[in-house]
Formats: sequence, structure tokens, C-alpha cells
Amino acid sequence: MTDSTQNGATEKHERHPDLPPPPTEVGIYGWVYHNLFSTWYNIALTLIGGFISVVAIWSILDYVVFGAVWSGEGREACQTESGALIHACWVFVGARFSQFMYGFYPVLERWRVDFSFLLLVLAIVPLFLREEWIKRGIGLGVAAGATLLSLFAYGIGPAVVIAFMMFAPYGLTFAKVGTLLPSRDDNALIGFGIRLAVVVGAGIVGHYAGLVVFTAAEAGSFGWMAAFLAFGLVTLNRATVKAWITFLLIFIYPFIAFYLWVGDGFGLTYVETAKWGGLFLTLVVAGTGIAASLPIGILFALGRRSDMPAIRSVSIAFIELWRGVPLITVLFMSSVMLPLFLPEGVNFDKLLRALIGVALFSAAYMAEVVRGGLQAIPKGQYEAAGAMGLGYWKMMRLVILPQALKLVIPGIVNTFIGLFKDTTLVLIIGLFDLLGIVQAASTDPKWLGMYVEGYFFTAFVFWIFCFSMSRYSMYIERKLHTGHAR
Amino acid sequence: MASQGETASRGGSAFWNDPKFRSIFFQLLVVATVVGFGWYLLHNTSANLERQGIASGFDFLDSTAGFGIIMTLIEYSEESTYGRAFWVGLVNTLVMSAIGIVLATIIGVIVGIARLSSNWLISRIATVYIETLRNIPLLLQIFFWYFAVLRSVPGPRQSYALGESIFVNNRGLYTPKPLFGDGFEFIAIGFLAAIAGIVAVRRWARKRQARTGEQFPVLLTSLGILFGLPLLGLIVAVLAYGGVPLSFEYPALTGFNFTGGLVMIPEFVALLLALSAYTAAFIAEIVRAGILAVSHGQTEAARSLGLRPGPTLRLVIIPQALRVIIPPLTSQYLNLTKNSSLAAAIAYPELVSVFAGTVLNQTGQAVEVIGITMAIYLGLSLSISAFMNWYNRKIALVER
Repeated sequence: MTDSTQNGATEKHERHPDLPPPPTEVGIYGWVYHNLFSTWYNIALTLIGGFISVVAIWSILDYVVFGAVWSGEGREACQTESGALIHACWVFVGARFSQFMYGFYPVLERWRVDFSFLLLVLAIVPLFLREEWIKRGIGLGVAAGATLLSLFAYGIGPAVVIAFMMFAPYGLTFAKVGTLLPSRDDNALIGFGIRLAVVVGAGIVGHYAGLVVFTAAEAGSFGWMAAFLAFGLVTLNRATVKAWITFLLIFIYPFIAFYLWVGDGFGLTYVETAKWGGLFLTLVVAGTGIAASLPIGILFALGRRSDMPAIRSVSIAFIELWRGVPLITVLFMSSVMLPLFLPEGVNFDKLLRALIGVALFSAAYMAEVVRGGLQAIPKGQYEAAGAMGLGYWKMMRLVILPQALKLVIPGIVNTFIGLFKDTTLVLIIGLFDLLGIVQAASTDPKWLGMYVEGYFFTAFVFWIFCFSMSRYSMYIERKLHTGHAR
Repeated sequence: MASQGETASRGGSAFWNDPKFRSIFFQLLVVATVVGFGWYLLHNTSANLERQGIASGFDFLDSTAGFGIIMTLIEYSEESTYGRAFWVGLVNTLVMSAIGIVLATIIGVIVGIARLSSNWLISRIATVYIETLRNIPLLLQIFFWYFAVLRSVPGPRQSYALGESIFVNNRGLYTPKPLFGDGFEFIAIGFLAAIAGIVAVRRWARKRQARTGEQFPVLLTSLGILFGLPLLGLIVAVLAYGGVPLSFEYPALTGFNFTGGLVMIPEFVALLLALSAYTAAFIAEIVRAGILAVSHGQTEAARSLGLRPGPTLRLVIIPQALRVIIPPLTSQYLNLTKNSSLAAAIAYPELVSVFAGTVLNQTGQAVEVIGITMAIYLGLSLSISAFMNWYNRKIALVER
């Protein structure tokens, strides 16, 4: 080919401008055509589906918004002159709202519930901050702001608690007690003995220091908190702020929450658990179940994969027993049979019995989820960890469990969601969780015939919690999905 | 002595570092703890029972129950024993589970496929269905159907009627009741023979196709057999007894309520609707995941072999999808069975409600009653999962 022909060719074959794509392929029309009306049966499906959704959306909107009564006082606001009820009567939900949230918790003490959840949320906030933001001291700023605000809102005592929970993790990162003590690798027995002595000593010192100001029961919990803190100090070396926050939430927050909810100490009046209810009780049951089920479940999952036949069979029996029976029979058992199991004179609180049942039940489910993750870890990981000289617990803690748990995050969150929904079952043994209190309120003669409003409200609350949990698990799954991309 | 590395490594390490010793020690410890704890519980229980004057044992099952049950599928009256009440509850549980499983599977498969539909609107509706129902507690859904829907339908006199045969009111759902006359056994025999015939035809057709490559119109033949043989039975029955052996008893309003016909109590309907709609949302997600798990290459390979869309789905996609679907589906069936116990909240008389509720309250035999109830559910769960495991192994992929 010569230059001249090439030039001629380019002149001859000037590219014709692209034709516009056919209208059935692009734009809104193309989308509608392909997704709704491409074939005759698609057209039929679209028409049927459209009819169903229009009717459904319209009737729900009509019920919830357009035909609803939003304001007024008492039942009369929702009645026509002839006495017929107008739905939806949101006045009912408004009038009972605080009961739906707190149950029969004394009105004057409800700030304690609010404060405990505020404390939890504030303490968790730094866990979601980026590492470099924490280094720049943004967490400290949040802590200072929260302390000041709670000083104005709640007074000096609560402010001290908030300040402790939020500032302590930063202070504790500088504490290097673990490195000062003799290393456990050099001499296992002496290292262990010294650490044990430190923990026990801290407990005793905390107890007696507490006795100076507080009563014996209060000082006792001071001792326990001091022992737990010492335990953290001798085991966590050079831990990050986030690790310390998690530690405080697991070991110290329960004490604070217990005193806030139950009272009977530190100047807080006693509120018996029979008065707890509403969303508060739902969150307490779900939260305890979630917090207890993960560690117990991990232990039983490891037990089921153990080489030791006795431990394996005990674990299998436990898991299959709880997974094979409905939660309601577990709750019946804990409310009817547990008192028989205990020695004479010892009696558990009804709520505590339900909590034990829920925790054991969900631990069995959690164990199976975790086992799935453990099975997915290739044998090479165990062998490599063993070759590095790691013992069983170190192998699990540093190599196997981090990978296994990451793999099963969706399963773990699904179990949490299931547990959260299952908390409604406690109403069958006579506890007033959110659904229980709504059910009780709609059988109140003053508000007869308001079932549907109550159910709509409850369903909405549960839906928000469960749906956001499932979305959060999807987000975490994507975020942690590192490395496997091919 | 074990403090210095050199001395320890020579003469073997200390006995507490020996894995064998540790293993035996910890196992003994665990067994001792479990046995000790169990003994402690038993001891406390027997002491408590003695103090409360409750005789343990299963004799109470033979004493008269003295309470009525609103839905009995086997013979039961107030004079029947507690043992009989137990069977009534168990049958009600099993019936609810069986019907619920079938219904939930049908809805779940439809919704799961709808979610994969290329039609945007249909897939959105399926998504909304799934995301709404599975994020709302089942108990709330049962309450909704029972208290909000079925309690608010009118009384017997203003029943909703479908034709003159099906009625819905706040006492339940009334449908005509089939009455089997003389000679019905001929139809039943014809039906059974038809099923056996279809199985035989299918086998023969498959063998013939493997041998000769020719296909046999199995579907048409099966339909012919299915309707033909019972029809033959009907003709024989009419000839022998001079009348159609099947008639219907229609529900009729007499006084304040309907009599006659087949009645489904509102508790049953509410529980069935809630259970199957809720479980269907989970089954739909399982079905969707199963179908998506079969790679698109399988479809393309099947098409390039010349299989039409129908056989592609039947012979290539579904068998592979089932392998993914079966294990989680099993656990959903188990969940449905266990969740049927929530009926206790609306007093549908199933096992927990009748036995662990009424019988327990009347007799006070907590340990025995709860023990039997838990054992029944445990047995049900273990046998369903054993069956499904067997089925799963049968269809599992055979590799190396």
C-alpha cells in the first residue's frame, strides 16, 4: 500500500456519524420497555403488579396518613359524632408513648434509662471514628463536650461517669503495666502468679477504698471493677484506644448499667424488674442475649471441633438440645422449672430467669454459626500457626478466630436479628416487652379497638431495628471483604 | 525445674505440659463438672418436689383431664385423659406444621422467582414483601392476623360468603365437608393405581429414552392416567351402588351460628397465614440464592448442547440449585415446626398450649410435662433433619 492510496482511502471512507440508538434501547422509554413491557406476559405481569401495588400503597397511605387522626385528647378525638371509631388513631400511640418506651418504670426515674443508653451510645461513638481522627484528638473533643453537656443536663454524678467512660480509654493506652511485669514467655508460673496477685490485690484495694465512702454492697462492686481494670492492664499491652473502649464496654459498663437500671445504691432508688417494660425491656433482653451468646457460642463451637471426645460430646449435646426445642418451651422451662432446680430459699428474678433462657438458647445458634466459620478455615492455617509455636488458645485468638468470625459476620448478625425478634416471646411468660405492653394497652377498655394502630407502631419500631442491622451487616461484610478479590 | 529451658528439654517436659495428660485432665474436669451440676440440679429438684408434696412420675397421664379443646382431630371429650389431650395437641401441631410447610414452600418459591424476574415491578414487589415480613417479629404477625384481621370480621349473621358454600366470620372459616358414600373405595383405589402407573410409565420412558433416544409423551400420558383411572372407579361405583359416592355437606346458618360443613377455627387460620407468610419470606431468599449460585455458564452450556429453555431449567439448573437450597430449607422447615408453638399466645390448641399450658397448670407436674414437650420437639427436629440430611447426601455432588 502506498501513501497516496491510503490518503485516498481515508478521504473516501470518511466515517459516517453514528446513528442514534433505536429508541427502544435507551433512555426512559428503553428502560420502561425492557423492564416492564418487553413481552406479552411481561405486560400482563406489570399490569397485575401495578394494580396490586397501587391498591396496597393507597390503602396503607389512606390508613396511616390521610384518614388518620393525629392530634387530640383521649378516645373522643378518634370518634365520630355517632360514636364510630376513626382509624388510624395515632392519638392512642401518642398517649401511651412513654409507656411503650419504658413500661411501668417510675416516671421520675426514667432519666436513668435514658442516661444509660446515652452513655452506651457516646462510649461507642469513637469505635466508628477513623484511627487518624482519634490520633488527632477528635475523640477527646467529643468526650469533653459530652461531659460538659451531661454536667448541665444530669448533674455532677452522671458527668463523672460519662467522663470516666470516655476519657479512660485514652489514659489507659499510656499504662504499660503489662510490660513492667516479668514476661510470661520466660517463666509461665511466676508470670501468671504475679498477674493473679495484681488482679486480686486491685480488687481488695478497690473494695476497701470504696468502703471509705460507700456502703458494703457498693464497695463490693468497686472491688470487682478494680479487679477487672487490673485484669485488662496486665493482659492488654500497648492496646489501642478502640481496644480499651471495647474492654470497658464489656467489663465496666454492665456494672454502671446495673446500678442505673436496678438502683439500690449510689443514691438511686430501687426499681424492681417487674416494673421494667416496653422498648427498654426489649433492648435489655436483646442486648443481654447478644452480649452473652457470642462468647458462650464461640466456646461451644470450639468445643464441638475439639479433639477431646468428652468435650466434643458435651458441646454437641448442649447445642442440639437447645436448637431442637422452640424458644417458648425454653422460656416455660426457665419460668416453671428453674425455681425447682435451685436450692430452697434461693429465688431468681423472673426477668433474670428469662435472660438465662434467652442467652443459652441463642448461644446454641451462635455456636453453629461460628462452627461454620471455623470449618471454612483451611487446615494450613492451623498447621502454620502450630509451626510458629502458638499454643491452642493463642492459635485460636490470633489466627483462627479473627478469620473465622470475619467470614460469618452475616450469620452472626442474622442470629442477632432473630434474637431481637424472638424477645417478643417473653410476653408469654408475663413480661411486658414492647409488644406485650402494646397488647396490654389495646385491651384497656379506654382504648378498645385500637389493635391495628398498636401493631403498626410496634412493627415499625422492630422493622427499623432489624432492617438497619441487616444493612449494617452488609456494609461491614463489604468493608471487611479484603484480599479475596480475584 | 521447668524454669530453665535446657533442663526441661532433655528429660521430657513437665507432666502438666504433656498434651495427653492435659487432654485427659480437662476432659475429666468437664465430665466431673457436668455430672456434678446435673446431680446438684436433680438433688434440688427432688428436695423441692418433696417439700411441695408433688409426686413425680407419669401416672397423671391416665387421670381425667376435665377441660375441653376447641379443635380436636382425634376423638376427645372432657372425660378423656391427660394422655389423650397430649395426643390431641401433638396432632394439631403436626397438622399445622405440615400444611404450613407446604403453603410456605409454594409462596416462598413464587416470591423467590419473582424477585429474580426481569420485570422491574414484580421484582420490587417481591423485595418489599421479603424485607417487610422477615424484619417483623412472627408473634406480632400472628397477633395482627388474629386480633386485627380475623377478630374484626363480622359475626355469623353477616358472614362474608363466597357463593353459597364458603363463609368467613369471626367464628372461623366454613367450607363444605365431603361425605364419602358407598363405593368411594373404588375411586380411591383408582387414584392409588394411577399414581403407581405414573411412576411406572416414567421409569419405563426414561429407560426407553436411554436405550433408543426416543422421547415418550410422559406428561400427557400421566394426566390421562391420573384422571382416567379414578373416573373408571367412579363408573364402577355408580354401576355397583347406583349413585355418586361423594356428596357435600354445606354449612348452614341455624340460629346464631353455622352448623355442618368443615370449619377452620380463626386461631388455626391466623396461625397458618402468619407462619406461612413469614417463613415464605425466608424461603424466597433461599430459593433466590440457590438459583443465583448456578453459574450462567451452565445455562449457556445447556443451550449450546441444544436443550430448550424448559429442559435446561429442569435438567440443568434446578438439580444444581437444589444442592444449595436443601440444607437451609431444612432449617426453615424446622423453624416453622418450632414456631408453631407460638400458638400458645392465641390459644390455638397445639402441643405447647394444651400440654405445657393447660395440663401443666392443672397438674403441676412441671418437670414431666416440660420434659415430654421438649423431648417431642427434639425428636421432631432430629428426625426432620435426619431425613433431610439423607436426601441432601443423595443429591449431593459426587466428587473424587
